Amino acid sequence: MSTTEIENEIIEEFELFDNWEDKYEYIIDMGKKLLPLEAAHKIDENKIKGCQSTVWLVAEKIGDKIIYKADSDAVIVKGLISLLIRVLSGKTANEIIETKLDFINRIGLTSHLAQTRSNGLLSMVKQMKHYALAYQLKV
Amino acid sequence: MNTVLDSALDVYALRQQFPVLQRKVKDGRTLVYLDNAATSQKPNTVIATLSKYYESFNANIHRGIHTLAEEATAAYEAARDTAQHFINAAHREEIIFTRGVTEGINLIAATWGRKNIQAGDEIIISAMEHHSNIVPWQMLCEERGALLKVIPVNDAGELQMDAFEKLISPKTKLISIVHISNALGTINPVKEIITIAHKHHIKVLVDGAQSSVHAIIDVQNLDCDFFVFSSHKVYGPTGVGVLYGKKELLENMPPYMGGGEMIKEVSFEKTSYNELPYKFEAGTPNIGDTIALKSALDFVTNTGRDQITKHEDRILIYANEQLSQIKGMRFIGTAKQKAGVVSFLIEGIHPQDIGILLDNYGIAVRTGHHCAQPLMNRFGIPGTVRASFAAYTSKEEIDALVVGLQKAVKLLS
Repeated sequence: MSTTEIENEIIEEFELFDNWEDKYEYIIDMGKKLLPLEAAHKIDENKIKGCQSTVWLVAEKIGDKIIYKADSDAVIVKGLISLLIRVLSGKTANEIIETKLDFINRIGLTSHLAQTRSNGLLSMVKQMKHYALAYQLKV
Repeated sequence: MNTVLDSALDVYALRQQFPVLQRKVKDGRTLVYLDNAATSQKPNTVIATLSKYYESFNANIHRGIHTLAEEATAAYEAARDTAQHFINAAHREEIIFTRGVTEGINLIAATWGRKNIQAGDEIIISAMEHHSNIVPWQMLCEERGALLKVIPVNDAGELQMDAFEKLISPKTKLISIVHISNALGTINPVKEIITIAHKHHIKVLVDGAQSSVHAIIDVQNLDCDFFVFSSHKVYGPTGVGVLYGKKELLENMPPYMGGGEMIKEVSFEKTSYNELPYKFEAGTPNIGDTIALKSALDFVTNTGRDQITKHEDRILIYANEQLSQIKGMRFIGTAKQKAGVVSFLIEGIHPQDIGILLDNYGIAVRTGHHCAQPLMNRFGIPGTVRASFAAYTSKEEIDALVVGLQKAVKLLS
């Protein structure tokens, strides 16, 4: 699936929720289901500095695709990461760079982008794109 | 035990004076504002004073000879008198207007500090300081080759006073200590610290960011050498604060910033400095906010400082009682003497997750390290959830917090 198709799929899923509690329950559930990152990856170099929760992000290139893995000590943030990984992981550097991630706005989570200091969603997006840019330049 | 019903304050009438407390957030929920340690809300009188200043007598102060300048100067200097009485300073020129606690501490570090701290000297702070009472001293110590020593904190979040006395050496020049901890609510025995310090001829700076709003301050009784507080924590506007210093200390300190207002005479060969307090108030000050600070301090005095502290103490007891019913509750900071703040964690849950969900219920709390990272490291935690109170905090707001927390915990587990 293309990133746009996955984004649309997520938007459709979120349309089912008519209140914020159900929406957050779903995000929390996704956070809990996110595969934990191996301890070896939980090092300072892989940390994305938010103000409050810790996020670790690693990327590797397999063939022409970039695979992301991430973790956090806060579960809502983990749920948000899980959404980003679902859209961006396994895509080419070009696709990742060009994806505008409109779904964040469409599912009503824009406030998380604004609160950069508190949960670092924006920093996560930037870091994922940086990895893609770095891999693109390496070729 | 219902500890709040016999409250000394009519909280519901008081809340009417705060327009922002009437607003709705998050789909029409009534705002529950429990982030008062970060900043307090402002009463009508403060907002009205700000408007009135800009509507009717905005002018630059001290030098103008016209009506507006005279009125603005009189109002600005009246604020100084009110601030003097608010902390019971002996002289009005001991009150220096700053931008807030951070600037106050930096001013002392840059002037008194640079003059008096030499290589090998020692400065004592505590493990529960806000970053604003750590970093300026680290910078000064680095510059001067001085040593920063830290009073340890016990598991309850209290200063270890026996360890404190052992830290004092003939090289100790200054103790800079928080009066009430913003992260834990601990009330520190500053008077005892000052008495001990003065026996050793050590100066003491008291960070009154929280105590100025939760306690009655008498700098002459405390006998502190410096005391700093911020307007915005005491129901006043942001961007203004007070630095108190004993007159003889301030007189012997070099100026902080150079510019207009702080000078007596300027020539290219030599400038002579203005007298206190103007020596430390270079440039056009924050006139409007300073005048409105007077209204804020008047609000506190008119409401009754005794009544406010009694009410806040009752709210604190009630909050402790109610919150302890939540499963997995772990209070951080269980000092015998506390004011204004409940800091906690819920087992297995990151404080940020709680903060995000509470926000959706219209409840404003602070989550994180509260700008006191060394203190969080001391407890081995990433941060806490902090509910902090003010004169207008109601029992119903505590009840809303408890219900919100129960729902958040349910969603997260």
